[in-house]
Amino acid sequence: MNAPARPNDYTAYPDAKGRFGDYGGQYVPETLMPLVHELDAAYAAAKADPAFQAELAGYLTHYVGRPSPLYFASRLTEHFGGAKIYLKREELNHTGSHKINNCMGQILLAMRMGKTRIIAETGAGQHGVATATVCARFGLPCVVYMGAVDVERQKPNVFRMNLLGAEVRPVTSGSATLKDAMNEALRDWVTNVHDTYYLIGTAAGMHPYPEMVRDFQAVIGREVREQIVEAEGRLPDAVVACVGGGSNAIGLFHPFLNDEGVKLIGVEAAGEGMDTDRHAAAINGGRPGVLHGNMTYLLQDREGQITEAHSISAGLDYPGIGPEHSWLHDVGRATYLTATDAESLDAFMLLSRLEGILPAIESAHALARIGEIARDLGKDGVVVLNLSGRGDKDVNTVAAHLGRQI
Amino acid sequence: MTKSRIDARFAALKAEGRAAFIPYVMAGDPDAATALAILKGLPDAGADLIEVGFPFSDPMAEGPPIQRAAQRALAKGMTLKGTLDLIRAFREGDQATPLILMGYLNPLVTWGFEAFARDAADAGVDGMIVVDCPPEEADPLADALEAHGMALIFLTTPTTDDKRLPTVIRRASGFVYYVSVAGVTGVKEADADAVAPHVERVRRASGLPVAVGFGIKTPERASAIAQVADAVVVGSALVDEVAEAVDLNEDVTRRVLSKVNSLAKAVRFARRGLTAV
Ligand SMILES: Cc1ncc(COP(=O)(O)O)c(C=O)c1O
Repeated sequence: MNAPARPNDYTAYPDAKGRFGDYGGQYVPETLMPLVHELDAAYAAAKADPAFQAELAGYLTHYVGRPSPLYFASRLTEHFGGAKIYLKREELNHTGSHKINNCMGQILLAMRMGKTRIIAETGAGQHGVATATVCARFGLPCVVYMGAVDVERQKPNVFRMNLLGAEVRPVTSGSATLKDAMNEALRDWVTNVHDTYYLIGTAAGMHPYPEMVRDFQAVIGREVREQIVEAEGRLPDAVVACVGGGSNAIGLFHPFLNDEGVKLIGVEAAGEGMDTDRHAAAINGGRPGVLHGNMTYLLQDREGQITEAHSISAGLDYPGIGPEHSWLHDVGRATYLTATDAESLDAFMLLSRLEGILPAIESAHALARIGEIARDLGKDGVVVLNLSGRGDKDVNTVAAHLGRQI
Repeated sequence: MTKSRIDARFAALKAEGRAAFIPYVMAGDPDAATALAILKGLPDAGADLIEVGFPFSDPMAEGPPIQRAAQRALAKGMTLKGTLDLIRAFREGDQATPLILMGYLNPLVTWGFEAFARDAADAGVDGMIVVDCPPEEADPLADALEAHGMALIFLTTPTTDDKRLPTVIRRASGFVYYVSVAGVTGVKEADADAVAPHVERVRRASGLPVAVGFGIKTPERASAIAQVADAVVVGSALVDEVAEAVDLNEDVTRRVLSKVNSLAKAVRFARRGLTAV
């Protein structure tokens, strides 16, 4: 596609049809159309309702533990010898990642809509755990769809969800990973239209999810704006985040979209390398198409069949990306880099040793590029990296790659 | 040509005073040659129109039977182009039976709507059902199909209320599909009494014939629906026959066509109060 014109106001999107330029939309079966319209109207009303926003803010403060700190990583900065590196500590949130920001917003909306049953999809299990957590907190039944392959490789999170009272349904259809879990959740929703709320875990899917999830995650970027001005007296030169479906990244980027002096950098999972077909980089290795209700960059074959994503990180193992990222890429406002499994493992080790923080293997993808970014910006520069989750869940994976038994 | 084949067929059936029977088969299931043999046998087995599924990796509105059929077809290398080849081969021997392709949007996006519409019309396709392309997103595809004389057939469902119905049928042509259950294909069962008022509502609003599908598996159920609808669609029950015949090492074509035969008879005689034999 041709590069579309840059807009005057990036925050004016999506448009009334749920579009970010050519991307987004509502490509869902007719049975779901009335439901997504209902959700769209309910979210618009909640967004404009100060009482809803105040309730959400209260839970974010007292239950999630916000604001999360912005931490100057002095040893990491020294190590690379470039720009000052700050870490936004989303891994300190309750349940250990940014996912809870979105779950808290959506569960309050679901209750406001009178829904009595929650379903979700999960890959690594982080979104499943966050969903199970808010369902336990508000006493709603919760069904989490999870690819059978992921159930095997993320056993501790499956057990956590069970402890929280959620039912985890392994999905064996298709490739039995995250995209299939999402298909199965959509099938559940089509079947249980009257009482069920589908709590999507990333800024993808049909409108209004990309907008809504972005808004709930934008608390990250809003806090960063205030915190960095307090620490440095100015905006950062760049902000950096890993990109799976793109929720932590868009939450960080969004409050900076109209500040053209702030570079927005997303890092996709390159798996075994971009010269192989075993990666999960939708923008760097895919092309636009329609899946799960939206037009966006997708991994697909010549015939338009969706291909499997591959990444060491189950949370980035998705063949698509949220539509706003596809648009920001096309208009040139954001830049999307990649990091391989091996580079991310190295970054995981580096942060653990230098700063005493075990990053989620997802977040480690962003860390894998931070050295180059910091050096490019130079010593006068300031960069903020979103540490989207903590790495405790990944110690088995890391041990296996190090050839260690634990 | 093309769309007029659908209109002509429904007009003829109306004159006969009976509903149409529309079997759904998946292109390339269990393989291209067998799928073609089934396709060729369908009109004689009692199919009035035919729906041909083109496989997609992520069929979000499909239950397990059609999901597995798509997987079998993809595993055998079936593509959208291969599907059009099947249609072309079928058309060599049958110029009268309307053919509707049913599937998901992404393979069409990949092909390009305009080029696809031209090639599909040329192969002998009369209409399209695209499950994940609701009316709000349909204009580009509808324009391309219309330019080549093909119908875009829209789905209405139990959740399509009176307020929404005009949006759904705005560009409808050929016929309108009523999805008789809120759910995926091949799981819940359709109830003729519950379906009847919806069919009437859609028929009155659209002025088009209404086909009912999703949840019809037996001749008894097909007969009951045929008394209230203009067409009865059966899909999952037929692809299940393919799967079972493959499992039992039976003649797939014969088994599927014999099932089609019993369903078609049930539909044909439904309004005469006769039972299917
Ligand atoms: C810690 C962490 N970061 C990032 C992601 C990727 O999701 P997103 O791109 O939506 O932020 C996940 C997903 O599971 C995650 O658990």
